Amino acid sequence: MNRIMLLRLVIVALIFILFWLGTRKMQLVPGRFQGTIEMGLEFVRKSIVEDLLGQKDGKRFLPLITTIFFLVLFMNLTGIVPGINISANSVIGMPLVLAVAAYIAFIWAGLRKHPWAFLRNALFPPGVPPFLYIIVTPIEFVSMFVLRPVTLTLRLLMNMIVGHLLLVLFFSATAFFMVELGGWWIAASAVTLAFGTAFTFFEILVSVLQAYVFALLTTVYIQLALADEH
Amino acid sequence: MLAELIIAAEETPNPLLPAWYDIVYSLIPFILVLLLFWRVVLPRMQKTLDERAALIEGGIEKAESAQAEAKAALEQYNALLAEGRAEAAKIREQARTEGNAILAELKEAAQVEAARVTATAQQQIEAERQAALVSLRAEVGSLALDLASGVIGESLADDKRATALVDRFLADLENDTASSKKAAK
Repeated sequence: MNRIMLLRLVIVALIFILFWLGTRKMQLVPGRFQGTIEMGLEFVRKSIVEDLLGQKDGKRFLPLITTIFFLVLFMNLTGIVPGINISANSVIGMPLVLAVAAYIAFIWAGLRKHPWAFLRNALFPPGVPPFLYIIVTPIEFVSMFVLRPVTLTLRLLMNMIVGHLLLVLFFSATAFFMVELGGWWIAASAVTLAFGTAFTFFEILVSVLQAYVFALLTTVYIQLALADEH
Repeated sequence: MLAELIIAAEETPNPLLPAWYDIVYSLIPFILVLLLFWRVVLPRMQKTLDERAALIEGGIEKAESAQAEAKAALEQYNALLAEGRAEAAKIREQARTEGNAILAELKEAAQVEAARVTATAQQQIEAERQAALVSLRAEVGSLALDLASGVIGESLADDKRATALVDRFLADLENDTASSKKAAK
């Protein structure tokens, strides 16, 4: 237990409050708050899930992908909240758990729908000359069963760690130039402060983008597992 | 200072190796949020979307039925209008026919009346002519006698023979006139 674990619990509480209250009294004509919540949920449903999986399959995986999207989003955004300044995803546990959930989801989806077709499509992609399977099959195996969860985890984790490090560097450099050195160095502190501010905004973009990418890739993996032919 | 940093670096765990509590405090948020979305938020959302769709469909249906109703009313109105027009035309036609009939009847009656008036007038004229003829005959007789009396210087008025002669003459005259009339015819 450390403060990042505590932070995660706070975020869960925040998500509960927002979405519980946001959907408690659903009006047919939504107000602003309900409209915002609906817009978020509809974005995941329409732009990510139903776009790739269609309505029928989309409905089965919608809860998982919505969870992934909003958990990643909220946990990323704490990286730029003053006073918290660190993403709850910058410790490996959370990205790992989400990646494993995505991993289980797409393998389960493929195995349940058509075990043999799923494995054949994954390991022996059709349209490849048979002798190439000696090379292709190990690559596909590693890519599918090892690299996918690892890349999901590392992409998110490293984005958040690096974003945190960047902001730390810029703002501690600002403090260093201004407080420790003083004099003409204050000019340099202005530069680092400007960069720190710019990267704070950039981190907002990265937070949203990483949430989108994580949810989208999970959906794509499920779609590939459900596909009949590649 | 350097030694401390090295110790700190050695103590810093590898960021790729998760601590057990890290996994636990990742699983708990994941499961809680998954349950929230799966069991609460998304069903509510789905329900709202369904209700909204039903409302919109209901609205469309209502509008369609209203439109159909309006169309039916319009058709009925048009039918009534056409019927009314046809009836009006029929009545007009009938009135014209009746008017013509009345006109013809009146004309005929007028002609009959005119004929009757003419006939009466002719009869009257004939009667007056007869009367005039009769009175003329008597007067002509006495005039002739007066004239003859004047010529011969003596009254013939009470002479029975002269009177008879005049009468006979007049009767002949009448017969001649009648026969000439017949011949003319």
